Amino acid sequence: MTKNWWKIAAVILLIYTVVAGFLMGVPRLVIVNETIRALYFHVPMWFGMVIMFLVSTLYAIKYLRNSDPKNDILSVEFANTGLLFGLLGIFTGMIWANYTWGSPWHGDPKQNGAAIALLVYLAYFVLRGSVDNAEQRSRLSAVYNIFAFAAMIPLIFIIPRMTSSMHPGSGGNPGFNMYDLDSKMRMVFYPAVIGWILLGVWIATLRVRTRNAEEKILEIEDYA
Amino acid sequence: MIIALFKKEFTLELRRKSVVSGLLLYLFSTAFICYLTFNLRQNLVTPLVWSALFWITILFTAVNSVAKSFIGEKKGRDMYYYSIANPSSIILSKILYNFLLCTLLAASGYILFLLFLGNPIYDKLIFGTLILLTAMGFASSLTLLSSIAAKANNSTILMAVLSFPVVISILLMAIKITKNCIDGLGWDASWDEMLTLLAINCLVTAVSYLLFPYIWRS
Repeated sequence: MTKNWWKIAAVILLIYTVVAGFLMGVPRLVIVNETIRALYFHVPMWFGMVIMFLVSTLYAIKYLRNSDPKNDILSVEFANTGLLFGLLGIFTGMIWANYTWGSPWHGDPKQNGAAIALLVYLAYFVLRGSVDNAEQRSRLSAVYNIFAFAAMIPLIFIIPRMTSSMHPGSGGNPGFNMYDLDSKMRMVFYPAVIGWILLGVWIATLRVRTRNAEEKILEIEDYA
Repeated sequence: MIIALFKKEFTLELRRKSVVSGLLLYLFSTAFICYLTFNLRQNLVTPLVWSALFWITILFTAVNSVAKSFIGEKKGRDMYYYSIANPSSIILSKILYNFLLCTLLAASGYILFLLFLGNPIYDKLIFGTLILLTAMGFASSLTLLSSIAAKANNSTILMAVLSFPVVISILLMAIKITKNCIDGLGWDASWDEMLTLLAINCLVTAVSYLLFPYIWRS
């Protein structure tokens, strides 16, 4: 029970996010209206995705240092969870864009950058699928993971800031600092970010545990 | 050591003239197809279409030419290099060689486009710098990816899949600077993008330099 406090925290924070996110008052703004509530669900997906990919890269570096297959499994599963968060981020963004920009895919630099980031990690899984030798697969994919993460930094953090974009918070458009002068939204936003990230870590660790268990079963079957 | 390996790449290439001439022919055919498809209707090649066609052509040629730097190597030769050279000088010499190759291909691509599709570029000096920087970016990122792809099955498809998302940030900068060149804007307009491109190049080269030993060992 003492080890699982963060899982309980995740559940509580997410229940709070859903209840308060849909029921609490939000500033009335032209065009955006009620879609401003996407802040509690869409934005934390990107925070979650970047953190999952970062953790995945850290485990890839760790794998290259000590060649422990456990680190490889951790790296893959965090990348998997990051991909899930990225896909959800794109879909929630598309729902929001449909109501505010008029079409789900608007060719905005942020949308394109996000799509490319997902392509990178899809390529990572294609690479894993096309190497037969287990040790070589782990090593090559770890190298690609680190390389792709480094190449993704300009794509996600630098280039969108150099181009004009209609996305809130860039290109002179108001971010949520300006939407919300009395900081009421922060009271839901920050817990939401923490809650979604904890949920991501939870999903990843569950997947790691199933993978480890599967491998143990295979080992036992090999002996028998 | 780097220079010796670089010289070896160069002499090998000169011995197999078919490879370089094959690449040049690839470039020529692509430019010619662009010319023929747009020949049906005059004035269809607006400057922006020109830049899109140019960079797509250069991207595909660069991916194909750099891909062969590891995929084409014979199995036994790998082992030989492994025993005599350390991996960091191998990757640096390959990057240097691919940089020259990409520059050559991009420059000849520009000349071919000039011949067939006209010249919308105002400032040739900026465009020349851009070609150098982009060739460096392509060389440094694609060399490492080709060494990854060479170890896996169906490596030619994998090479494209792995490299396109990674080189997109380089390509985006290149397209933006090309647009500035077409619009006749001077250095001050493209300065930020040039610096970003240079920073991306440094980042990618540093990461390839650090990571290559791990691929080489397997």
